[in-house]
Amino acid sequence: MSMLSLRDITVRFEPKDKPPVLALDDVSLDVANDTFSVIVGPSGCGKSTLLRLVAGLETPTSGRLELDGEPINGPSADRGMVFQSYTLFPWLTVRENVMFGPKLKNLAKSECEDIADDLIKAVHLDEFEKSYPKELSGGMRQRVALARALANDPRILLMDEPFGALDSQTRQMMQELLLDVWQSRRKTVLFITHDIDEAIFLGDEVHVMSARPGLIKQSLDIAIPRPRHIDALTSPEFMDYKRTILSLMHDEAIKAEDAANHRKTA
Amino acid sequence: MWTRSLFSPKTDIDRATYIVLSLISVAVVMALWCLLTYGGITPKDFLAAPHEVVQAGIKRIGNMSLFEHMSASLVVILSGFILASVFAVPIGILMGSFRAVQALIEPITGFMRYIPVSALIPLLILWIGIGIEQKIMVIFLGTFFQQLILISDVSARISKDLIDCAYTLGADRRRVVTRVLVPACMPGVMDNLRVTMGWAWTYLVVAELVAADTGLGYMILNAMRGLFTDVILLGVFTIGILGLITDFFFKWARRRLLPWSADF
Repeated sequence: MSMLSLRDITVRFEPKDKPPVLALDDVSLDVANDTFSVIVGPSGCGKSTLLRLVAGLETPTSGRLELDGEPINGPSADRGMVFQSYTLFPWLTVRENVMFGPKLKNLAKSECEDIADDLIKAVHLDEFEKSYPKELSGGMRQRVALARALANDPRILLMDEPFGALDSQTRQMMQELLLDVWQSRRKTVLFITHDIDEAIFLGDEVHVMSARPGLIKQSLDIAIPRPRHIDALTSPEFMDYKRTILSLMHDEAIKAEDAANHRKTA
Repeated sequence: MWTRSLFSPKTDIDRATYIVLSLISVAVVMALWCLLTYGGITPKDFLAAPHEVVQAGIKRIGNMSLFEHMSASLVVILSGFILASVFAVPIGILMGSFRAVQALIEPITGFMRYIPVSALIPLLILWIGIGIEQKIMVIFLGTFFQQLILISDVSARISKDLIDCAYTLGADRRRVVTRVLVPACMPGVMDNLRVTMGWAWTYLVVAELVAADTGLGYMILNAMRGLFTDVILLGVFTIGILGLITDFFFKWARRRLLPWSADF
């Protein structure tokens, strides 16, 4: 059974004084229950738009979006999201940030506390639970953002290049931590990135997107056994996937570049 | 090493050097003042000497009249400022984040911000008389529209991601405003209240220009008629010191009330 289903999604932006942009062109995608699904594509291919549609933060020009057979209308705690930018509420401590969602649901205080205890431990921030976001490093902030999104026990977890602003060592650490957390609580995840290594390392399936118009060019199942560790990055099978995706993306990058140049001269 | 940090842009200097340099600037102004007055360069009616200002101060502290003027001015300035803030903060926050509120209010604020308060004084006298209400209204009008614009800007700058994030955590629109937008605006609001408090002090003399019989502005204007430059300078210093005190208060309150905020 497929859990998240996108059918013939088209998004057209019509900015003032500029020609309309076809951000997504007839995209269809299914994400099965408990699957870690990654969308990889060049910048400007509409992958963030796709994620925002699922979050309910934007509406498609045409097409259907469903989660467990119910149409998606607007944002909901069902669909937790981790953003690329730092979005912790700076006036709340780590612990209060994690409890933000549960408190909105009016859960009992003890229940909120239990959820926070559990998740803060899962992202290894026990020592910082009383700190304010300004005292945390970038990687720590994104760990809190992950815990906060999971605190609502969402049906699907959406991640929009959550590690994009981090340095490569921290990023690798975060990927492993994310897989650990995912392994132990099994969620449906839709993860957006432009980093091919990240896509292969994390995903059960990788969807390669093309730019202008944005569409899903090819989908690959990643058959690297879990649990995956850093040595997976240098295995021959990893390299095969990488080669395939690289060549798909390479053509796209050239196309995108040409299109950009064309618009400039036009 | 020591001189290098003095002459490199955006490089910290040690605290002692900072204090010495600050003292030098005060000392230079004082020395110049002494030179002009005790050196006989300026005529006596033109500029009072430091000791005359001190004497004028001691006399007016002795008979309490300085405190009477001070409290009269403080009542006016605080009433006007608090009244303006009570309206400007909520309306400004909504104006910066709701296009409809912006459309409603912007034409008026855009126009009013360029009107000097002094131009409205005749109308204010006609409408509300020459009592304390009129003076409070001058401070109110002088600060309200400036606060509105500054605070709406603070609100407009709150990151859209922060709002979107709250939606994905299950917040409805009302709670996005009360639990996210409003607290997120607080550091900027505090900063701008501090800045506009400074402006409120500058309107004080304007407010006490007409039909006043007490207040620091009145004290200064009254002294002008007799060329009592010692009293004028006493009034100026008193306003300056009260201004510094309110400024410190705002800095302290921000650190106290918003310990989480990153930029001081």
